[in-house]
Amino acid sequence: MLLNNLSLLIGNTFMYSAPLIFGALAGVISERSGVVNLGIEGMMTVGAFVGAAVGYFSGNAWVGFLLAGIAGGLFALLHAVASVTFKADQTISGIALNLIGPGLALFLCRLTFSGATMTQPVPHKLPKILGGAQRNIVAQNFNFDITVILAFAAMIVLWFVLYRTKWGLRIRSVGEHPAAADTLGINVNRTRYGCVITSGILAGLGGASMTLAVIQQFTPTAISGQGFIALAAVIFGKWTPQGAYGACLLFGFAQALSVFPGLAHTSIPPEILAMMPYILTIVVLILFVGRSVAPKSDGLPYEKGVR
Amino acid sequence: MEVSSKYAVQMHGITKTFGTFCALDHVDLDVKRGTIHSLLGENGAGKSTLMNVLYGLYQADEGEIYLNGEKVNIANPNVAIAHGIGMVHQHFMLVDNFTVTQNIILGNETTSHLGVLNMKQAHKNVQDLVQKYGLEVDPDAKVEDISVGMQQRVEILKALYRGADLLILDEPTAVLTPQETEDLIEIMHSLVADGKTIIIITHKLREIKESSDTCTIIRRGKYVDTVKVADEKEEDLASKMVGRAVKLVVEKTPAKPGKTVFAIDHLQVKDDRGLPAVRDLSLSVHAGEIVGIAGIDGNGQKELVEAITNLTKTESGTIQINGAEVQNTSPRNVVNHKISTIHEDRQKRGLVMDFTVAENSVLEKYRVAPYSKHGMLNRREIQKFAKGLIRDYDVRPEDCANHLARGLSGGNQQKIIIGREVENEPDLLIAMQPTRGLDVGAIEYVHKALIRERDRGRAILLISLELDEIMSISDTIDVLYKGRIVDSFKQGEVDEKTIGLLMAGGKQNGKDS
Amino acid sequence: MEKTAKILKKPITSTIIAIVCGFAVAAIVLAAAGYNPSAAFGALFSGIFSKPKYISNVIIKATPITLTALSVAFAYKVGLFNIGAEGQYIIGAVAANLVGYLCNFPPIIQIPLVVLSGVAAGALWGGIIGFLKAKFGIHEVLTSIMFNWIAFYISNWVVSSARFHEPNSTAAYPVNPSSYTMLLPNWKTSDAGLAVLKGHKALREVLLKTDVNFGFVIAIAAAVFVWMLLYRSTKGYELRAVGLNRDAAEFAGISVNKNIIITMLIAGALSGLAASMVITGTDPHRISTLSAFENNGFNGLSVAFIAGSSPIGCIFAGLLFGGLLYGGQSIQANIGAPSEIINIMIGTIVFFVALTAVIPKLAVRLEKRGMHNAAK
Repeated sequence: MLLNNLSLLIGNTFMYSAPLIFGALAGVISERSGVVNLGIEGMMTVGAFVGAAVGYFSGNAWVGFLLAGIAGGLFALLHAVASVTFKADQTISGIALNLIGPGLALFLCRLTFSGATMTQPVPHKLPKILGGAQRNIVAQNFNFDITVILAFAAMIVLWFVLYRTKWGLRIRSVGEHPAAADTLGINVNRTRYGCVITSGILAGLGGASMTLAVIQQFTPTAISGQGFIALAAVIFGKWTPQGAYGACLLFGFAQALSVFPGLAHTSIPPEILAMMPYILTIVVLILFVGRSVAPKSDGLPYEKGVR
Repeated sequence: MEVSSKYAVQMHGITKTFGTFCALDHVDLDVKRGTIHSLLGENGAGKSTLMNVLYGLYQADEGEIYLNGEKVNIANPNVAIAHGIGMVHQHFMLVDNFTVTQNIILGNETTSHLGVLNMKQAHKNVQDLVQKYGLEVDPDAKVEDISVGMQQRVEILKALYRGADLLILDEPTAVLTPQETEDLIEIMHSLVADGKTIIIITHKLREIKESSDTCTIIRRGKYVDTVKVADEKEEDLASKMVGRAVKLVVEKTPAKPGKTVFAIDHLQVKDDRGLPAVRDLSLSVHAGEIVGIAGIDGNGQKELVEAITNLTKTESGTIQINGAEVQNTSPRNVVNHKISTIHEDRQKRGLVMDFTVAENSVLEKYRVAPYSKHGMLNRREIQKFAKGLIRDYDVRPEDCANHLARGLSGGNQQKIIIGREVENEPDLLIAMQPTRGLDVGAIEYVHKALIRERDRGRAILLISLELDEIMSISDTIDVLYKGRIVDSFKQGEVDEKTIGLLMAGGKQNGKDS
Repeated sequence: MEKTAKILKKPITSTIIAIVCGFAVAAIVLAAAGYNPSAAFGALFSGIFSKPKYISNVIIKATPITLTALSVAFAYKVGLFNIGAEGQYIIGAVAANLVGYLCNFPPIIQIPLVVLSGVAAGALWGGIIGFLKAKFGIHEVLTSIMFNWIAFYISNWVVSSARFHEPNSTAAYPVNPSSYTMLLPNWKTSDAGLAVLKGHKALREVLLKTDVNFGFVIAIAAAVFVWMLLYRSTKGYELRAVGLNRDAAEFAGISVNKNIIITMLIAGALSGLAASMVITGTDPHRISTLSAFENNGFNGLSVAFIAGSSPIGCIFAGLLFGGLLYGGQSIQANIGAPSEIINIMIGTIVFFVALTAVIPKLAVRLEKRGMHNAAK
């Protein structure tokens, strides 16, 4: 029983974390290049809708997943144009994306699904790692969605790219000291464009892993706050892929706990349980983490030739 | 001048405008290969702009560039680097939280395959370079942990790593100690002996005399002259730079010190990282006296000022103004005790750049009558005060009271700060690097203002990295080394060389103690 | 040329350009989806202006978001990004609801009591964020997001608690009528009131069919207060100095940490005030179970940005936003186009507000070029 419960909790933690992880990695890559991304929520919503809609019409969840990434990347292009080319206030641009993204997703949803604000369920969700239904309950609980594995892989890849390749060195230099990078012939704007678009792709995948794995369709509340939680995870994780990953697991655990049947019979109200992780986060921040330092040029447009 | 392969660089008729501002107006520069060529001009004369054009950071509107007699089009720094041009910027272009090696290889990384970094090889390459040119520096240290002198070596290594034959050094000695400056000049000579060509941007005449073969002077974006350094006197160079005869000495009468106004006794302060930065420091300043603190950057100047102004806590010791202890209170308490500070960093500490000049003029006294009443600002009084300040301190343009401080030139910004601090009628005026980044005219103004306030009986504490400045206007010279005042002299008792050695921690031969 | 430059330099010009762009993009999207944009905009405007009660409802809708926008704009001027307005609003609503339900004094005491309890709760919620930043250096965006969720769950907990839950509903018990801040709440439904209103069609419609209340007057007063505070008081001088250059402010003797806390207290109070005015001024006068954020605070972000963080601008931006939100419903009702087109439009406006910030810079360049040419 205990094993079952525990495995359920762990399984759910990973399940709920996966979309957050993609979202947080989206934040990490963008902000490491010096572009603050408050629009993760909007990008995820776009991905969530495109994933579910394409998954439904094509009958293939993988096609939906892929196109969700592409859609997220295209949508993020708006943010790149604003923050890199126009040197706009990145905070405002990100917030705008959070309005446009859900608006666009619901608008298109109503158009394609005869006025409904949710898509039809996709015929097949993304696969689970052990394939179909498992007999053993523990095995069932540990039968993660493939997105859980993909999210982990994405974290490893991003970590490797940032810290072990020349691209990572360049991205980080652009986020810290763009003028220095510029004098060494690194194209600051192109680097930032690349990172913001990658950010959109990751966020799009995050949204789709919600609507193609956790649930089976797009609904108006499929993405409700995950993008902001992801943003919090970026800061909590000190702008590193591995730190953000850990923070997302904590938030995923929170969500898992709030739906955990093992606690249904206790006297603790579920709402109090649900808020514990957020309180815990604050406590952890006060006790252990404290000041987290963003990349030095995060949020600052790079202007050269200006006296 | 004729285009020839004898010249490493020839820039002919270079013109560059920013908006309506003409930064360079048909400027010529011809640099012979294997020489050290200095580019002399005041702040804002266009020296850096010219070099940024050569390095491909800016595109010239008109003019041609020839390298070794070949016409080139330098569209971006990559092209410059490919042509063997390396540049060390005045403000170092280093990523603070990267290691020395990472900074050197950035943009030209050693990779095994698929872009994966090969740090082992990179480390070795850097080590080889360090040994070849004798530029001692730890390849694995983080840039934020090494001294400014070391950081400059990293910048030079960056250029050499990219195979630079032509090195551009932008104001390289601004942050160096006299000893480090000597070392740098030695390095420059050995690089030239190795076949490199060096262009050095500077406004320091002595360095030009010591280092360069040839000197090109530009003034307000226009070419003035190119001279053989050996043939010219410092005064002649100076007047060519400024466009009028310049007196290099500051005129002042002997000080008439009064009672002790300000005293620091056995002060200990730690720096940001918790390491001792000011150690057992004692000094005193009398009314009507300028005490200058000579020292190399990073020997506790910043922490000393932060302790006096209460931005940081002290460990032990006392800071007294007119007999009252002010350590570990609050910045406001210090202001209330009639200590005013002209901070070295105008833009960071001195001014709120997006406040108007009027708003900036009352930054310390907006709370007191007549500038406010019952918690509400009296904008008429503030305007009146600001206009008076603009008039009395000759701030330009004259109608700038409601302009943002950001729009003013550095010299005028400094005048606002000086005016504001002096108008506080302080008993002690602290001036930290008060002439940093100013042109000759503004520097003269600042020095005269300090001496004038001294003659009015104020105590003045001058902290500067420019030894010339300390030597020429201080009545008493205290030498700061590793957080201690290691020696103290009256003006005229001591020569620059002695002070320079003490600043470097030496006693006689300049070796580190 | 100089005149053009002068006009372009005004912030309002950029805002208007952004709004026009928002409409243009919405028109393109509508046309691409096969709807007639002019019909849609016709429906939108008639949904806002065609009846007095519509206008009244727009103002009612604009009230909370104007106040949360003030909260965001105020904090932004001090260099803080108050993404926590949402949570401050929620917690303010909880407090106002509870106090309004538990206490029942005459209106003269009850109304200020209920309103101030919402204000105080919001202030506390914002103040904690400020305290955590000042004391521990924790990023306000991070704490704000956490506190939004904590407020969210506290609200749901209160709604579901045995003590406050109204049976057979998804809501808490409403506040006592003595807390109401509608215009003449009792008179308008009394015989005497009805008799008077009979002769005034428009007035009757507005008073009886909408919850017309004092909220927007309070919002305007709050905007004027914030403006006075920021630009006319010594405290505001300090706050702006901290916002524009923390280091210089500190050096001049202004306590940065203290001012961060004060700012977040005031910002939180404004969001709490928004909630108080909704609870006391509009039906159903209570909080309900939240399944997702209601965006009263998040919309405040958009309004504040459209207003360019100007306190007075928030009033107009709030009305614009309220109008679009309310009138947008008629687009769907009348021509069948998804009402989300409004979200796209608002988002586009905000997006172009970000982009058009370059316009004044371009204008300066244009102006200089003009002067240059004149000099030649």
